[in-house]
Amino acid sequence: MTSITSPAAPVPGPGAGAPEPTGAQPVRGRIARLWLAYLARRLAGVVAVLVVIVLLTFMIVRWVPGDPARLIVGFDAGPAQVRQVREQLGLTQPFWQQFGHYVGGLFHGDLGTSFVTSQPVSEMLAQRLPLTAQLAVSALIVVLLVGFLLGVTAGVLDHNGRGRYYTAPFTAVTSLVGALPEYITGTLLVYLFALTLHWFPVQGGPSFTAMLMPALAVGLPPAAVLARLVRNETVGVLSQEYITTATSKRLSSARLLLRHVLPNVVTSTLTLSGLLLVALLGGTVITENVFNIPGLGTEVVQAILRSDYPSVQGIILVLGVIAVVINLAVDITLGLLDPRVLARRVA
Amino acid sequence: MRRERRRPLPAMLVVGAVLLLVMVVIAVVAPIVWGDSAQALTADIRQTGSSAHLLGTDSLGRDVLYRTLVATRLTLIMALCATAVAVGIGTLLGAGVVLAGRFVRGVGARVIDLLVSYPPIIVALTVTAIFSPGRVSVVFAIGLAFCPQFARLTNTLAASVSARDYVVVARLLGTGRARLLSRHVLPNIAAPVLVLTSVGFATSIVALSGLSFLGLGVQQPSFDWGMLLASGLRDLSVNPIESLGPSVGILLTGLGAGLLGDGLARYWEPRQHALPERGSRASARVPKAPPVAAAGGGDVVAELRDLTVSARGAELVRGVSLDIRAGEIVGLVGESGSGKSVTAMAMARLLPAALTWTSARHQVNGIDLSRADVPPPTRLATDIGVVFQDPASCFNPALHVGTQLTEVLRVHRGVPRRQAAELAVQRLREVRVSAPESRMHQYPHELSGGMRQRAMIAMALLSEPKLLIADEPTTALDVTVQADVLRLLHQINADHGTAMLLISHDINVVSALCQRVCVMYAGRIVEEVAVADLRAGRVHHPYTKALLAASPGEDADRATNPLRPLPGRPPRPGDVGDACSFAPRCPLAMPRCREEDPLPRPTPDGGVAACHAVDPALVEIR
Repeated sequence: MTSITSPAAPVPGPGAGAPEPTGAQPVRGRIARLWLAYLARRLAGVVAVLVVIVLLTFMIVRWVPGDPARLIVGFDAGPAQVRQVREQLGLTQPFWQQFGHYVGGLFHGDLGTSFVTSQPVSEMLAQRLPLTAQLAVSALIVVLLVGFLLGVTAGVLDHNGRGRYYTAPFTAVTSLVGALPEYITGTLLVYLFALTLHWFPVQGGPSFTAMLMPALAVGLPPAAVLARLVRNETVGVLSQEYITTATSKRLSSARLLLRHVLPNVVTSTLTLSGLLLVALLGGTVITENVFNIPGLGTEVVQAILRSDYPSVQGIILVLGVIAVVINLAVDITLGLLDPRVLARRVA
Repeated sequence: MRRERRRPLPAMLVVGAVLLLVMVVIAVVAPIVWGDSAQALTADIRQTGSSAHLLGTDSLGRDVLYRTLVATRLTLIMALCATAVAVGIGTLLGAGVVLAGRFVRGVGARVIDLLVSYPPIIVALTVTAIFSPGRVSVVFAIGLAFCPQFARLTNTLAASVSARDYVVVARLLGTGRARLLSRHVLPNIAAPVLVLTSVGFATSIVALSGLSFLGLGVQQPSFDWGMLLASGLRDLSVNPIESLGPSVGILLTGLGAGLLGDGLARYWEPRQHALPERGSRASARVPKAPPVAAAGGGDVVAELRDLTVSARGAELVRGVSLDIRAGEIVGLVGESGSGKSVTAMAMARLLPAALTWTSARHQVNGIDLSRADVPPPTRLATDIGVVFQDPASCFNPALHVGTQLTEVLRVHRGVPRRQAAELAVQRLREVRVSAPESRMHQYPHELSGGMRQRAMIAMALLSEPKLLIADEPTTALDVTVQADVLRLLHQINADHGTAMLLISHDINVVSALCQRVCVMYAGRIVEEVAVADLRAGRVHHPYTKALLAASPGEDADRATNPLRPLPGRPPRPGDVGDACSFAPRCPLAMPRCREEDPLPRPTPDGGVAACHAVDPALVEIR
């Protein structure tokens, strides 16, 4: 970086170097300031939520009615054993010391040790998170692919006056699929494609064939909801005057759709897709149990049933952080796609 | 005996209510009748469906159908309780925050927003982890997990209600917060909350069953649909039909509650009725327009013959013919709904797909456009420039101004991006847009209305079109900016010789700018007149006369020549029959006008008018 002329954002455009009194610089500067304020607001929210999540997971053990140590060791164990577990949980220390210890541990990546397997929780998370993440991302691809393709197609057909043949079946199918819980979709998929047709294995896993059915089970219901949303938005955008302007440019339908329609559809649906993405996380946890995928979702159920509090805390913490990251990513994408949101909600 | 007509109940509401009612009946009856059969152990383990056991048996030989029916009660009760928790806490939270102080209100709304964007499953898992899985903890888990959504809805609703006068008055009168909430706010948001409650019940039943399915809900020996489904999944390879019962139960109940909610919403807030289908009328015989007198010479840039445009059987434009010569500015005036914009859009082949149209002849710069089934060639983009009425909505809000300006050049002419940008900046400077270089990188919403319209004109001119169609280019602008834009159009015409079709409802605008003016009424051109004649008041059609009389001229003396508004309204499209469409409002109307639509005829001044009263023969008789 040896630029000595301007420390600010570079000025593009013709006549480089020529002074521009009302040139691009102030505009760029303003946008940068807007971004800064926007990110600051979002980050404040992120920090607040992270604090709440840390507090919540910390309080899990404290809020358990009765003695959590007794629940862990079982009712046959002697008092010495209970005392040992109490100490292991840190329950013998004063409250603030316990919290300080917990938070301090988090910063060092120390989330405690599982009571059941004696494995460090961080190690367990490192083993299981990739599969969960893979399922969530695969499902996300299903949601976006199916939701947008179906929605935009239905919207365009509707706009071209061919809607009357497609609208009713479209609404019926998307309503039905959108209302299907992922555990029923999953069961149905297993029955059809694994047990009857033998196309895919019953057991879910990292390979494409083993991941496809779980991803569909998680992704199809939100995809159906998204498809309806996208269809309505597409119909709305297509009837806007700026689309007439674009039509007057006689662009190819691909260009019209990709450059002029989609950005606006994406922008207006993205706010709600944030909620859908977050819903994906719940679907992932449940669907892992249908396909017996060794991810966080199967582990959290086992951990809860076995009162393995360190594991429960660790998994809930990770799920919460994932939700935070998703929300932040959605907000940033929204800001990139539609800079108008940067200035919104300042008041 | 007359009864007040009631709004019919939406079918969704009825179906939803019936489904739920059936479920409730099963929930009440099944445990009494089949309670024992559902628990009876038999030796028939994991059998598939048979006449004895319709849905087969589970791993302990219990009849799955009976178990499914009996489980209805527990499932419904738990879902109901969870919904009550969610609605109760959520409503109190959402509405309570509104009545609190300003600070709490702001922070509360933010917190609720944050909570809504986090997965309910995290809350649900946390609660079950704390209180150990069981039927009570699962109810609270789901109830708490979904209360942010209710809080958000009631918060939004209550915020709008509490801003209303009667709440403000009650507050000023010193009504306590609790009373304000229970007497003024809650009753007024009851309907939408009830709708969401119904939808929330559907969500609850799905989520509860999900937790039970995982083993985190109801524990043995109790059983609900979720637990039965988990058992069904375990036995799926042996007895696939076992999963059917609980699945159908969950789906039908969820569907019923969802339909009930949607139905209630529709019942309380009926959507606007769709436009009634207009009866397809046999269209009146379209009189063939005579060839327009070649007044000014010059090549014809655009030509339109016998254009008819209809929407669902109603004719919006009825046999319009229009010629525009090189360098000429032709005005198209008329009241709103006269079909002038539709004509202009048809000229540019930009009619929406819902409209159907035919024309005997239609060409622009030598391109034949008369066939509706043949898409116009891309060359049209560079031959016709279009300026729309409202510059606020005609630019794509998601794209930079520069991107939109240069698109035609880049896509159709293959001009490199940089070079196209330079041309665009040049054009922007020409139409006197300030700071053109930085405008290129701005979004449309960052420009003022006048700047946007100038940018729109620059965009239309960038490819140096032969014809510029300007559809009410000044209507959405301030008066001072209007004059500016008109001057600009005039200058462009003078500098480049661009032919223009200017659409306006303002006869003054048209007479200031155009060389020739076509007056439209009810989908027809009723008079075509040279602008000199128009200015001098040498017009023939009574409608044109009425338009002139109703508009304040530039130098009109109000004392001797007061404004005379035109009484009545133009007919709705489709309501014109064989008569002259202007006859009901016409001071010169005679019996013939109500029987026969007048043909356009040449006037003594070289124009054209469609009126029986200006028929030379008839004028003599009068």
